[in-house]
Amino acid sequence: MDLFSLELLPPLLSGLKVTLLITMYSTLVALALSFVAGFARLSRFRVISGTAAVYVELFRGTSLLVQLFWMYFALPILLDIRIPAMTAAVIAIGLNYGAYGSEVVRSTIAAVPKGQVEASIALNFTPFQRMKNIILPQAWAMMLPSFGNLQIELLKGTSLVYLITLTDLTYQGMMLRTYDISQTTAIFTWILILYYAAATLLTYVIRLAERKAAVGRG
Amino acid sequence: MSQNIKNFSAEPIVRYRNVTKVFDQRVVLKRLDLDIMPGEKIALIGPSGSGKTTIARLLMTLEQPTSGTIEVNGELLWHMQHKGKLITANEKHLHRMRSSIGMVFQHFNLFPHMTILRNVMEALVHVRKIPKPQAQQRALELLQQVGLQDHIKKYPAQLSGGQKQRVAIARALVMEPKILLFDEVTSALDPELVGEVLDVIKGIAEKKDTAMLLITHEMDFAREIADRILFTDGGVIVEQGTPEQIFENPQSPRLQAFLTRFLKERQYGLASETAAAGAE
Ligand SMILES: Nc1ncnc2c1ncn2[C@@H]1O[C@H](COP(=O)(O)OP(=O)(O)OP(=O)(O)O)[C@@H](O)[C@H]1O
Ligand SMILES: [Mg+2]
Repeated sequence: MDLFSLELLPPLLSGLKVTLLITMYSTLVALALSFVAGFARLSRFRVISGTAAVYVELFRGTSLLVQLFWMYFALPILLDIRIPAMTAAVIAIGLNYGAYGSEVVRSTIAAVPKGQVEASIALNFTPFQRMKNIILPQAWAMMLPSFGNLQIELLKGTSLVYLITLTDLTYQGMMLRTYDISQTTAIFTWILILYYAAATLLTYVIRLAERKAAVGRG
Repeated sequence: MSQNIKNFSAEPIVRYRNVTKVFDQRVVLKRLDLDIMPGEKIALIGPSGSGKTTIARLLMTLEQPTSGTIEVNGELLWHMQHKGKLITANEKHLHRMRSSIGMVFQHFNLFPHMTILRNVMEALVHVRKIPKPQAQQRALELLQQVGLQDHIKKYPAQLSGGQKQRVAIARALVMEPKILLFDEVTSALDPELVGEVLDVIKGIAEKKDTAMLLITHEMDFAREIADRILFTDGGVIVEQGTPEQIFENPQSPRLQAFLTRFLKERQYGLASETAAAGAE
């Protein structure tokens, strides 16, 4: 066994590229859904908050794997359409982590002290300005650490996409292993290192954002 | 004695009529009638839970009256005409009405993510739509007035309680309200910081055209700056009059008891201060 056998690297790196792409797109979908569903949960209209609550419970209550299968295998049959594996993966992962993210949005907005809203009413800000200028910036600072955790979870969650035929990092590892089983340890060590490097990079980016958002506190 | 009450000739700027507020089936304000004249300085005193804060919050539109009406500048605050009927005001109406009213809170409620300067400028820019350079100029003038011109780039967390409250006063004042509400603005402060905030308020009180409603436990302060003092208890105004009438010649047993209790506490406070000074 050669742990640093470099000929393993090119296929693994091409897998990493797929992993990172899926991570990026599904993060964007999840982030958008977090805010849409998070605000919807806070709506005073029962239809809106109820719909959002059903979405959140549905996607938190079932596993990502089942959601991936459903999106890729079941939904196309149901609607008689074709969904590319990449699209199915991004939608399923986005919906899943959007459900968790919306809870973060909802709870941090609710956690901004009541006095902040009252002060902004006393200064005659409009409801929209209160949210945009006063509440959201403070909630955002509280959201980032939780978003950071979810981001790492999401990255690791993408390793399921090889089950719907996508050639991500995990898939490449599995394939390499079928060629040469004696390389198993080296392959999985490389996979560990690459996932860890990706996670570290994402953590770093979020730390930067956290520092920027935390201005004035501390 | 009545010649001490200032002669306000104009119409009242605020008119509470028969205002009742119920929280969870508890009547917190009972059929309150109260007129505030333009520029009048009113101090509101009374025991805890007597409804003082509620009186101010109803005017700031932070609470809605259960029944009764409040007029500001002769216009209904919490109601508006709609197809010939009087209905609960919408946000647009409230927004227009609020431009005459400002409030300073017990716990400052400064915006922690903004510098001191931006705290004071923010509403000028976004609510009054004043261009940034002019808004900044106005904000700086007010921060100077409250003695914080050297702290404008700091964040609220970097200031003392007294400084925070002075920023909050500047922030309310910069909007030029016709009525300014102060809800126990020194109660959350360390004793040694109370004076600087009261001094700032005394300075503002010299402005003749801003009416002020001050909820306070600082009796000497109330006496010094108020044209009229209201004593509330159990959700009603039990007694009102000039500072002399209220402090020298209280009529109702409840006010007498309240003042006696207050005086005792202060004597005790003074006694312990003297003791501390003697020990040095
Ligand atoms: N949002 C609310 N929900 C329920 N009860 C409330 C609410 N706000 C005030 N109350 C109750 O109404 C009563 C009057 O409260 P208010 O705050 O007006 O009194 P206060 O005179 O300002 O007292 P303090 O001197 O303690 O500030 C109190 O019994 C209080 O518990
Ligand atoms: Mg109070």
